Amino acid sequence: MMLDDFLVRAVLAGLGVALAAGPLGCFVVWRRMAYFGDATAHAAILGVALSLALSTSIFAGVLVVSLLMAVTVSALSGRGYAMDTLLGVMSHSALAFGLVAVSFLSGVRVDLMAYLFGDILAVTRGDLAVIWGGAVLVLLLVGLRWSALLTSTLNPDLARASGVNPGREQTVLTVALAVTVAVAIKVVGVLLVAAMLIVPAATARPFSRTPEMMAAVAGGVGVVSVLGGLRAAFVLDTPAGPTIVCVAAVLFTAASTASMLLPSRS
Amino acid sequence: MSLVSLKDVSVSLGAQRVLDHVDLSIEPGEIVTVVGPNGSGKSTLLRTIIGALKPRGGQVSRQSGLRIGYVPQRLHVDPTLPLTVHRFLGLPRRVSRAAAREALDRAGAGGLDGRQMAGLSGGQFQRVLLARALLEKPDLLILDEATQGLDQPGAASFYRQLEGVRAQMGCAVLMVSHDLHVVMSASDRVICLNGHVCCEGTPDVVASAPEYRALFGSGTQGALALYRHSHSHSHDSCGSHHASAAE
Repeated sequence: MMLDDFLVRAVLAGLGVALAAGPLGCFVVWRRMAYFGDATAHAAILGVALSLALSTSIFAGVLVVSLLMAVTVSALSGRGYAMDTLLGVMSHSALAFGLVAVSFLSGVRVDLMAYLFGDILAVTRGDLAVIWGGAVLVLLLVGLRWSALLTSTLNPDLARASGVNPGREQTVLTVALAVTVAVAIKVVGVLLVAAMLIVPAATARPFSRTPEMMAAVAGGVGVVSVLGGLRAAFVLDTPAGPTIVCVAAVLFTAASTASMLLPSRS
Repeated sequence: MSLVSLKDVSVSLGAQRVLDHVDLSIEPGEIVTVVGPNGSGKSTLLRTIIGALKPRGGQVSRQSGLRIGYVPQRLHVDPTLPLTVHRFLGLPRRVSRAAAREALDRAGAGGLDGRQMAGLSGGQFQRVLLARALLEKPDLLILDEATQGLDQPGAASFYRQLEGVRAQMGCAVLMVSHDLHVVMSASDRVICLNGHVCCEGTPDVVASAPEYRALFGSGTQGALALYRHSHSHSHDSCGSHHASAAE
């Protein structure tokens, strides 16, 4: 059967993550939450350690810790520290505590690299089900609440006056972000999850006139990065996750250069 | 029945009490202007009325099904967010091309439909914000220093447009402004705010109230006089204009 081929599973896993991360990544860019995505992702390694210690599923552990991290950062923001300072502290402490926690786990030999940089070629059928389940959930969340999310991203008071609760939309994004991090770990790893959110969205910006167009193009850029990255990794015998991000970065550079050279349309 | 009424409302931002025992109500169709010095709680008052801030004490009641059109003080469109005027008008509820064009025409921003929000001038931007507020078919239009950043002819033309809109749509208007003389000309009622309601009434009553003069000094007496004369295009009023502007 087709799914028996590890390359096919890798491609499907990558596509799932790319399709969810593209539109969600647009909100991360628009709301200037890049570091927020980083912090949530770095907290995930702590989740990995906890789930190994408690022998629960990695997905559940990462989801819980990422959610906790996102909620903590939201709650602490605006209470005396600048957001980038707060995120700098939280993000790197979470990573450090996670790495230390993993070292406590005796008995299990943990392949840390697989969690830090992903291990897309080792995706199982079970992983595929989790990744696509998560991706569909994220797309549904973002798709169904699209207009409300967009309005509160633009201006919370404007949203409030139109009957949209900006706090609820913030929660929707936080949950979607945590789910994305949890499903993307296997594909690109903790350190590069944020790249899958931000790079395709940033690449799409110069070619978009509306938010919807930008979300669609970002999804497309993600898909091309996954396909191109896996192909390149196969040919060059390089690690797959980082190669995917490299392809996305090359696309970003090409797009920015093109938009600078071509006359602006907007 | 009042569209909105505040009874004994107090609001704090952090440790600071910004609004203190405020009573206020807005009736259908009237134009109400809130004036007050910086930090007097004008924006806080508006944000409490739209429900973005919860009062610490007192009661805010809105007519059931009340539709509010809100024009914020500033709207920052992040450069990473591509947004056409048409798409902006359709947030959060999509609108047809025809409805969008009609609202833009009404707000004096006709023909801007396909433009990017980031590429608009200050005056165009405020008119597009007004058009979006009108698309809510508001019972109450709320403007928070909507002419900030516009020059005086720009502000005056914006307010003329607003009066026209009010006449056509019959909505109540609640606005906050620094442009004292222009604003007062259009208002049915002026509320002078400084944490609490200092004085309230028709423009004439407020302008001569000692509380108002204490807040704004006697210089604004000249500004108000300037408005009264500005409809009679005599040279005298021009003279007094320059004189009071120089004060």
